[in-house]
Amino acid sequence: MTRIASCKSRTQVKFQFNGETLTAFNGDSVAAALLASNAGPFRTTPVSHAPRNPYCMMGICFDCLVTIDGVGNRQACLCEVTDGMQVETQLGRRDIAK
Amino acid sequence: MTSHIEYERRYDVVVIGAGPAGLASATSLAEAGLNVVVLDEQTAPGGQIYRSATRSPISDPKILGTEYYRGAELVAAFEASGAKYVPQAIVWSVSPGWDVGVSVRGHSFLISADAVILATGAQERPFPIPGWTLPGVMTAGAAQILLKTSGVVPDGEIVLAGCGPLLWLLAAQYLRANAKIACVLDTTPRSNWTKAIGYLPGFALSPLAAKGAKLLLEVKSSTRVIANVDSIKAVGESGLNAVEFTRNGTTQKPIGAKTLLLHQGVIPNVNLSMAIGCEHVWDDTQLCFRPVTDEWGETSKRGIFVAGDGAWIGGAVVAEHAARLTALKVADRLGKIAAGELSNRASRDRAAKQRLVRGRAFLDKLYTPAKQFRVPEGETIVCRCEEVTARQLRDVVALGCAGPNQAKAFLRCGMGPCQGRMCGVTVTETIADARKVSVEEVGYYNIRFPIKPISLGEFAAIPTTDEAMKTVVRELPPGVTS
Repeated sequence: MTRIASCKSRTQVKFQFNGETLTAFNGDSVAAALLASNAGPFRTTPVSHAPRNPYCMMGICFDCLVTIDGVGNRQACLCEVTDGMQVETQLGRRDIAK
Repeated sequence: MTSHIEYERRYDVVVIGAGPAGLASATSLAEAGLNVVVLDEQTAPGGQIYRSATRSPISDPKILGTEYYRGAELVAAFEASGAKYVPQAIVWSVSPGWDVGVSVRGHSFLISADAVILATGAQERPFPIPGWTLPGVMTAGAAQILLKTSGVVPDGEIVLAGCGPLLWLLAAQYLRANAKIACVLDTTPRSNWTKAIGYLPGFALSPLAAKGAKLLLEVKSSTRVIANVDSIKAVGESGLNAVEFTRNGTTQKPIGAKTLLLHQGVIPNVNLSMAIGCEHVWDDTQLCFRPVTDEWGETSKRGIFVAGDGAWIGGAVVAEHAARLTALKVADRLGKIAAGELSNRASRDRAAKQRLVRGRAFLDKLYTPAKQFRVPEGETIVCRCEEVTARQLRDVVALGCAGPNQAKAFLRCGMGPCQGRMCGVTVTETIADARKVSVEEVGYYNIRFPIKPISLGEFAAIPTTDEAMKTVVRELPPGVTS
């Protein structure tokens, strides 16, 4: 995905996705930040390990589940991205330790 | 334990959701002198229709259109009203009394209130087609949220598909933002026109007509619209590569695309009202379950109100009027309206709401989604979480599975993290189709608290009283007080 030209300037935020540094803007959800960077998949399913990306962007579908700062099952569409945030693809079911 | 969250344990009214209904009801209640808290899942008020209304990065207001900026007015009035706002507040239970269980950034607590207004709005109707779980396929609403909140649009070719006002609105917004729409696949069944035409006068007299006509003209004059599309398939391996479709039953040339945006209307978000135990009915026109409410939005449970699209799909402005009526009734019950004044005070919002409601019938009839897009067959996934297909569901019905709750036991459908939100209505309609019985007879999932996944650790850490602790432990552990 990409950002449209008609956008006000916002403070940049740097965060990590699976160890790679990505740039987003203050006010972006983690989901918007990842999609804008064409990063993914957000998760793989516990049943068939199929890749998934957000479907609804409003907290309903739970397809945007990622691990954020070591905590699994976080809805990326409901969390704002912050500087230094560590985001990882959630592989299958939430790890009991996360 | 929850010292980083400022909250009181008791309010007169808890409002859940901060879209048009939540904002309008909370503002009216606070202005009436009641102590109100709004619990909102999002990080800023506005709900979905007015998402990021006060802080959208989009600098050209023409892109989203003037109606979007009504949201900023609602938020300004709300902020001036004195109502308390709690962002990132995930409500997971509402129990008699009323006690609202809410999780805020990993910490849960209970808030009690005399009345609870569910302003949880609508969600998009599931659009179960082959390949709808592929990365690159999302709802039109999701795409619009990305645009409003972050100015993000898909790069490469985009296909929009489905029916309903939101699809046309998004197409227009994308065109204004110079996003590349390959085409719009219009799935509105031609036969809907004959059902809708009788309602045209009411629509023509409502403010919706001119708006809708302008939007359609704007889209149809600048992008390819393919009408009478009667099947759609999203194709790809790790992500979408192409969209296959038929038109009037004939296979068309596939369209190469990285993004497919689906929409076929919205339905009330019923998980909370169902878990509370409010009575629900199947709405034959809007094809969805909705809570039964009186003219003020009160459900079958005294003190539980539903305002806005959560009760009946009418759109943002109807929601606003309905929410003010709900707020009046709640204020009246809590002694804030002078005796005999209620009906008088309600007349303006009631009349404005009625005018818009009359226009809605035409849209409901015209944009009733075709059966094949609601009631899937074969290998199409029904439950996205547990990856249950229509064939599996129909197979267990053939074995004697009579309804959604048995289907859970057979297949786990509806038991993933979304708790049936993405499959509930599809599972019900598909079972009804397979059994050749009515949707009412099939019923819906039993929805239970917690309606959002929260960890046991968070449950255990809910602040409680000494008395409550003593009912389960003989002595309080050292250092633990309420």
